[in-house]
Amino acid sequence: MKNKYIKALKAAFPHTLPILTAFWFLGFGYGVLMNISGFSFIYPLIMSIVIFGGSLEYVAVNMLLSRFAPLQTLLMTLIIQARHIFYGLSMLNKYKGKGLKKLYLIYGMCDESFSINYTAKIPEGVDEGWFMFFVNLLNQIYWVTGSTMGGILGGFLTINTKGLDFVMTSMFIVIFLEQWLKEKKHYTAVIGLFASAACLALFGAESFMIPTMISILVLLTVFRRPIEKRGGFA
Amino acid sequence: MRMTVFQQIITIAICSLGTMATRFIPFIVFPADKETPKYILYLGKALPAAIFGMLVVYCFKNVSFTSGSFGVPEIIAALFTVVLHLWKRRMLLSIAGGTICYMLLVQLVF
Repeated sequence: MKNKYIKALKAAFPHTLPILTAFWFLGFGYGVLMNISGFSFIYPLIMSIVIFGGSLEYVAVNMLLSRFAPLQTLLMTLIIQARHIFYGLSMLNKYKGKGLKKLYLIYGMCDESFSINYTAKIPEGVDEGWFMFFVNLLNQIYWVTGSTMGGILGGFLTINTKGLDFVMTSMFIVIFLEQWLKEKKHYTAVIGLFASAACLALFGAESFMIPTMISILVLLTVFRRPIEKRGGFA
Repeated sequence: MRMTVFQQIITIAICSLGTMATRFIPFIVFPADKETPKYILYLGKALPAAIFGMLVVYCFKNVSFTSGSFGVPEIIAALFTVVLHLWKRRMLLSIAGGTICYMLLVQLVF
């Protein structure tokens, strides 16, 4: 029985290697930011465990340095994290019948874990639920250790890592490509690309995500018939 | 005026609860033991490709195409990642290759 877990862990680990790089780098940066903002490493440690969402944690540094504003904090959180609703909708089926660990699968569903778990080809004989569980768990361990180390070491460490953050970009490019190669028709991929690019140009980097999500939903709904008729996915 | 520790705890708790709300809502609204509406099932299948497109654009959100290096290193490294992946189709290789390409560009060329 123990074999089942080790097998899933072994299958999951290589898929998380790009995240290991990205999360140690970005997590470390976040920890350093907390440190030089005057917070103990306990803060990034706890926040990475209970929030586990990189972009929000970076924004939360400013929140914690400003005046106490719970309502504004809640609103910002919902705006920044709203995209997770899309991930959940996409995972309704995959998470079915995964028992208690489904709770952690949902709890730890960050961009990267979702993307890997949705696209990864899980080898035969490996338990799908435990595979996804370990992808989430490993990713969270990377993020927690990275940010805690940053919080402890602060600005102490300087190596020339300029440009290393591109690992996230190239990972999402590759995941997008994999999905593109898997699908025969590309309506929804094109909708996603162009809706986001148009909204980014229109609304700017700080506030384009919500308009993007709305326009993707509207376009997918309006074109549902033609997309389904021509087998627009799978 | 700095927050008290209690206010900091509340702020962090709100960030956590808000995040979890966005992650759990779909599973609470559409529980596994009830039939999910056809429209939602359609969205579940149609969304991922659109999401991955969105995430790629999201990564480029802070790249300025009108100043600095005009996004040239980003575009070159992105194209390099695409070509490498279409050629070898090995995820880790493409990701590492694209990243190293970008690091060399921003550290040595631009």
